[in-house]
Amino acid sequence: MSADTSTMDATERTRALLTTAEPRRRRTDRIMAVLIWGAFLLAMVPLVSLLWTVLFTGAGRISIDFLTFSMRGIFGGDPSGGIYHAVTGTLIITGCATLISVPIGILVAIYLVEYGRGPLARAVTFFVDVMTGIPSIVAGLFAVALFTIFFGPGARFGLIGAVALSVLMIPVVVRSCEEMLKLVPNELREAAYALGVPKWLTIVRIVLRTAVAGLTTSVLLAVARVIGETAPLLVAVGVTDSINFDPSEGRMMTLPVFIYRQYSQGLATCREGQANCVADIALQNAWGAALTLIAIVMLLNIAGRLVNRWFAPKTR
Amino acid sequence: MTTTDSPPAPVAPVRRRRSSGDTERGFSRTFRWITTGAGALILATLAAVALFLIMRAWPAMTASEAELAAAVPRYPDDTSFIAYVGPLVFGTLLAAVLALLLATPVAMGIALFISHYAPRRLAQILGYLVDLLAAIPSVVYGLWGVAVLAPMLSPVWLWLNEWFGWFPLFAGDVSPTARTLATVAVVLAVMILPIITAVSREVFLQTPKLHEEAALALGATRWEMVRTAVLPFGRSGVISAAMLGLGRALGETMAVLMILSPGFLYSFKILQAAQQQTIAAYIALDFPEASGLAVNALIATGLALFVITLAVNMAARAIVARRKEFSGAN
Repeated sequence: MSADTSTMDATERTRALLTTAEPRRRRTDRIMAVLIWGAFLLAMVPLVSLLWTVLFTGAGRISIDFLTFSMRGIFGGDPSGGIYHAVTGTLIITGCATLISVPIGILVAIYLVEYGRGPLARAVTFFVDVMTGIPSIVAGLFAVALFTIFFGPGARFGLIGAVALSVLMIPVVVRSCEEMLKLVPNELREAAYALGVPKWLTIVRIVLRTAVAGLTTSVLLAVARVIGETAPLLVAVGVTDSINFDPSEGRMMTLPVFIYRQYSQGLATCREGQANCVADIALQNAWGAALTLIAIVMLLNIAGRLVNRWFAPKTR
Repeated sequence: MTTTDSPPAPVAPVRRRRSSGDTERGFSRTFRWITTGAGALILATLAAVALFLIMRAWPAMTASEAELAAAVPRYPDDTSFIAYVGPLVFGTLLAAVLALLLATPVAMGIALFISHYAPRRLAQILGYLVDLLAAIPSVVYGLWGVAVLAPMLSPVWLWLNEWFGWFPLFAGDVSPTARTLATVAVVLAVMILPIITAVSREVFLQTPKLHEEAALALGATRWEMVRTAVLPFGRSGVISAAMLGLGRALGETMAVLMILSPGFLYSFKILQAAQQQTIAAYIALDFPEASGLAVNALIATGLALFVITLAVNMAARAIVARRKEFSGAN
């Protein structure tokens, strides 16, 4: 009986010894767990603070007029201006950039996944990665340097900005589309070949068809990535207060550049008793535009994720 | 009988496949050339970026000091082109390195949190939240940095200066508006968090399960398991992630442009205003108004930035690529 209890004690003791670390080690473990949770929470502070600030500072300025008027003929503290010209400019320039980048990006991804072997493919993979790190302002300078050769110095129009954005967008599209194409099961390709379908038709009708949801997501996320670019557009497209729908002629305003311009205008001087004058209208405009821009970016992000969730092929 | 009947039937399909279905006949070859051409276009684009920048930068690099001084605003007298770019390169590197020092430990913590600490189900959603930081446009970071972060950090910088003023970084007169390199470094750190986190997370998740289980079976606590199995495995991945973050921080324009009050000194005083400036912000500030040789000078500074980021990114990618070949994971 007594022997029995002592072995019980021994087992318990051994178990206790094995399952609990000594206090110092346990303390280190706890501290590191707290630090690691803390790191995550710390990163959420700027995210929450930023979104909160933009939402609550920007919401006051958003109205139908703000979204449908341009800044043409608006001076000083006049609060009747809007961001219509900037929104259309952003959509046009980003649209052009998308038209340039998506075909090239998808073709490169197809090359890397379906044909890529040997030194050229390795070089392309490597330099696509390197290209994702090109500073945006350098892309802007490149586009300007390229176009000034044909159009002389001082050329500023939407397409230059679109080319600059494409330089930034193509590697992003390639990278994510490549991942999506790799997900297409090889059995599908082999089945197509076995039926005698030529390789190009297999790629177009089988591989791209299967991956179309993933490709759409990739493109939407890439658009969301470049739609907020400011520096290349500031350098390549310039600024204007009027609406311009033509990307091949004349300066264009875009939302990010609009935010920067309004921010750098600072306070307007209002005379005593002057009607229709708000001193900090430029800052309000900047915050309102920032809210619009973030809303567009978030919509694109959410749309991208939803497309992937809803339209992805059902795989077992 | 059926077996003797069947052979003639397949003849026709075989012939038809010969004529149209061979993988390298007809449009298939053209299609292969189109995609290969697109791949080559990537290399051509990168080469074109370098080429056009060099072409447009060349006049400034070969111009005499007097010509440059006449054409470029804020050009210091009697200095070579190198001495003009020098402080900008210094400011760029200082801001980026500070941001990296702030961001790397936090990013590693977040990566570990998502890969090993967070509840499985939540991990993916929490990962999205961190990726959201990358989705916010830099110009909005700039606005937020000036309006919210700078006033918030101002007392911190005052405190640092008061107690650690003997340390060169924290010396000098603290700027009351906090629009200094220190604040810029914090914003840049937030902006590069997502990329460092994303790359290190991938690496940590690749740690062989057997290593982790072996460590736990030997009685290691969770942190000891991370320290002995996960971190050594992920070391080179974290290094390359940090270098990718460095590349981002070097090229970041708008946040710096909007927050920093610029100067042109080789100064380590990150709490004082009007000390440093980065290349990207300098270009964005002066380019819209520049003309003639000033444009060439700005493109030359852009070329310097391009070379620096290209070197950093290539080194980072080379480490990642080498790791893929030699790691024990595959």
